[in-house]
This record gives sequence, C-alpha cells and structure tokens, in this order.
Amino acid sequence: MSDPANQQGVRVEVRDLRKNFGDHEVLRGVSFTVERGEIFVLMGPSGSGKSVLLKHIIGLEEADGGEMLIEGHSIHAEGLRDRYRLAMVFQSGALLNSLTVGENVGLYLREHRLKPEAEIRRVIAEKLEIVGLTGAEEKIPAELSGGMKKRVAIARALVIEPQLVLYDEPTSELDPLIAITIGQEILALRDRTHATSLVVTHDRDLAFGIADRIAMIADGEILALGRPEEVRRSPHPLVQRFLTADFHPKPQ
Amino acid sequence: MFRDIGGLVLLFWRTLQALPLTFRHRHKVFEQFYEIGMGSLLMVCILSVFIGGVLALEIGPVMVERGLANFLGGIVGLGLCRELAPTLMAVLIAGRIGAAMAAEIGSMTVYQEIDALRTMNINPIHYLVLPRLTAIAIGLPMLVIFADLVGWMGGAVVCSTNQQIAVSMQSFLANLRDTVEIKDLVHGLVKTFVFALVIGTVSCHQGLATIGGPRGIGRSVTKAVVNSIVLILILDYFLTHLLVQIEK
Repeated sequence: MSDPANQQGVRVEVRDLRKNFGDHEVLRGVSFTVERGEIFVLMGPSGSGKSVLLKHIIGLEEADGGEMLIEGHSIHAEGLRDRYRLAMVFQSGALLNSLTVGENVGLYLREHRLKPEAEIRRVIAEKLEIVGLTGAEEKIPAELSGGMKKRVAIARALVIEPQLVLYDEPTSELDPLIAITIGQEILALRDRTHATSLVVTHDRDLAFGIADRIAMIADGEILALGRPEEVRRSPHPLVQRFLTADFHPKPQ
Repeated sequence: MFRDIGGLVLLFWRTLQALPLTFRHRHKVFEQFYEIGMGSLLMVCILSVFIGGVLALEIGPVMVERGLANFLGGIVGLGLCRELAPTLMAVLIAGRIGAAMAAEIGSMTVYQEIDALRTMNINPIHYLVLPRLTAIAIGLPMLVIFADLVGWMGGAVVCSTNQQIAVSMQSFLANLRDTVEIKDLVHGLVKTFVFALVIGTVSCHQGLATIGGPRGIGRSVTKAVVNSIVLILILDYFLTHLLVQIEK
C-alpha cells in the first residue's frame, strides 16, 4: 500500500488556481486540499466558478495560474491518467446519445480493451444493478429521465473503479426524492470503493447531507472551508445569506 | 481565419499520426463507410446520369455540326472522369456527409459528450475523427468510380436518343474506350482522394470547434459545408495544374 497508485482514493491539492475568461476573473487564487477517501463539497451560488474549477481538476480547462496536483503530481503530467483512475459525472450526464445505456457504461472498458467481451457485459450488468437500473442495457439515453441519466452516468464512472470522482451538480433538475437517491449513491460509492469524491453543488441539503468537508465559493474565491458545522457557523455575510435564504411569499 | 487553418492542419496531422489505430476502430470505419456509401449511392446515381446527359446535350450538337461526332464519347468520358464527377460528387458529399459529420460532432461537443470521452481517457480524434476520415477517404473515390460509369451511360443514352446528335451507343462507347485511359481515371481519383480528406477534416474540425447551443451547431454545419466547397474548388485548380504537369 506504499504506492499511492494502489490505494483507493487519491489526495487532491489545488494551489492558487486562477482563471480569466476575457476580462472576467472566474477563479481568483483558489486553494484547498481534498484528503484520500474524503467527500469534499464545493458549494456556492450559480456562476461562482464551481464547475470551471471542476473542469480544471479533471484537465478539461487550462489554468491561467496555479496548479492542481493528484498525489503530488500535476494533473497535466505525462502518464497521470494511466497511473490514477479519475472519473467525472457531468451535470447533464453527458451520455453518448448514439450509444445504448449498456454501450455507454461499457465504453471505457471496450475502448481501452481492459476485459474480454463476456466480462464487460457482466460488469455492465453489475454496475447498472448498483445504481438500480437492472436490465436497462438496451435502452437509449433519449428514453431515460433526468435522474436515470445521472444514475447511468454514475454507473459509467463506477466502471472505471475511480480513485477520484468529480460530480458536477449531481442533483440539479431532479425532484427531492431522486436527489436523495443520488446523494445515497455518492455515499455508497465512497463507502464501497473509498474513492475521493469532489462534489460541486448549490443544493444545501445535499452538501450538508453527504460532505465530510465543505468549501463555500463565491465570485471565484473561497469564503469558508471546514466541516459542515464549521461552515454553518461561518460569520461571512454571504455564506450566511446563502445558507439561510428561504422563500417567503409576500402577504396579500 | 489563421487559427482555423492552424486547427485544421493540426487535426489532420494528429489524425495521420493515429492511422496505425485504424484496424482497432474498424467497426466504426465500417459504420461510417456504410453511411457514406450506401446512403449516398442513389443520389450519386441520379446526379451522374444527368451530369453525363447534360454534358452530351451541351457539346453533342456543336461537335456534330463540326463533323466531330465520332469524338463525342471521348470528350464526355474525359470530362466526366477527370473533372465533373470528382468535383460534383465532392460537393454533393460535402453537403450530405460533411454536414452530418459537423452536426453530429458539434452536438457531442455542445452536450459535453466530447468532454466525457476525454475524462475517460478516450481520445476524440481516435474515437470520432479517424473512422470518419478513413471512411470518406475510401468511400468517396469508390462513389466517383461509380459516378463515372453511370455518367458515361447517361451520356451514351442521350447521344443515341437525341435526334440532333444521333450517335449510336456502340460508337459512343467505342470512342470512349479508345480515348479514356487508366491515367485519366487515376487523375480524377487522386483529386477525389484529396477532396475527401478536405471534407472529412474540415467537417470534423468545425464539429469539434462548436460553441454555444443549437445555433452554434447550425453555424458549424454551414461553415463546414461552405468551407469544404470553397476549398474543393480552389484545390481543384491547383491539383489539376499539378497533375497535368506530372502527366507530361
């Protein structure tokens, strides 16, 4: 177990991450560390830079400054993806619409030729069963509801046997019951694989329900970071406004 | 514009580097090949008959008037296989297949499917571009061979049935056989091969460069088709010039 590559879960470090889109400063020197096996939630209002941050960690965006490290190695280091297994569950699911559910889930194994075909079919069935979609292999993404698409996306991530899973708004556009199911899936996945999880969300219930630690981000800066109860007690006015905001109908 | 050209060259180079992986992606190549070949065959057939027919109808009466009726088969044959079939089929395929490629890849880009591939360590160039480019590079020249044959038959039918021309089918085909050589077919096929690479690269590049929602996809499709056709017509001149020099 001395080789970090063999461990289930990786340590993620984000150091002074900066990103501009034109004149707009989206990330202003964001720094934090996610420990191995931890569920770390990045919470914040829409447009605060959460998803952009997630894309930097998985290597889909180039930073203007700062660095992202997985077990001390830069995310852009040669061979990092071969050494550590990373997966991302997109907000929309991002299933390949031209493939069936089964083909989507088995895509990673087939493209990298990691297992024989019979074994791949078994793994697909197993992962779909874990997310409660037994027998959905032949369905096409267009036939699925939003919640089912997200569960297929989680099954697709499970196939990778990830050491780091990034979730981008996993409960957006879902009703509260399905949202709870997704939250439970995230917890179950961590308990089963001990993978590190980084969840981006503006769903307060989800964040406080599953997080080991929470970072509250707004306007590209981290306003509060700590265990859920610590974040709840943060004196920052924007954090308090975000956490206590509620709908109050105007009196007639 | 320069960024577009740079992106095109880079995409083409990266696809060339991935060529050894073609066999591994053969199923996707066959899928694309079927789409390009079978899906376009009827259209190519109809278009070629009429191109051959119109060519015969335009130059037939003039040649008959000047006593050159015996050369009609050769002129129609050469015109079709060296120029008209490669160029017009390339334009047709740019509109049909190029547009479909740009739309499909553009939609995958917009809806984060390409990002999903990248997070799974699957190279979109290997997964999407290589099979399409390989299939069109094989499929388009085959369609042009088919277009040559059908177009020649169209020309022969018009020459034999049109009262003003009245050149028998046997005479037309005999002259065509005597005039058109293998090097003329190769001349057309070399051009077609280059056109196919242009259509495939431009369309995939536009698809991958798509930004925005459905409007962005529409813009990419338009750019893919227009840029392909413009490049085909410009390259046609320079390729013809080059090939004529080589044939000398």
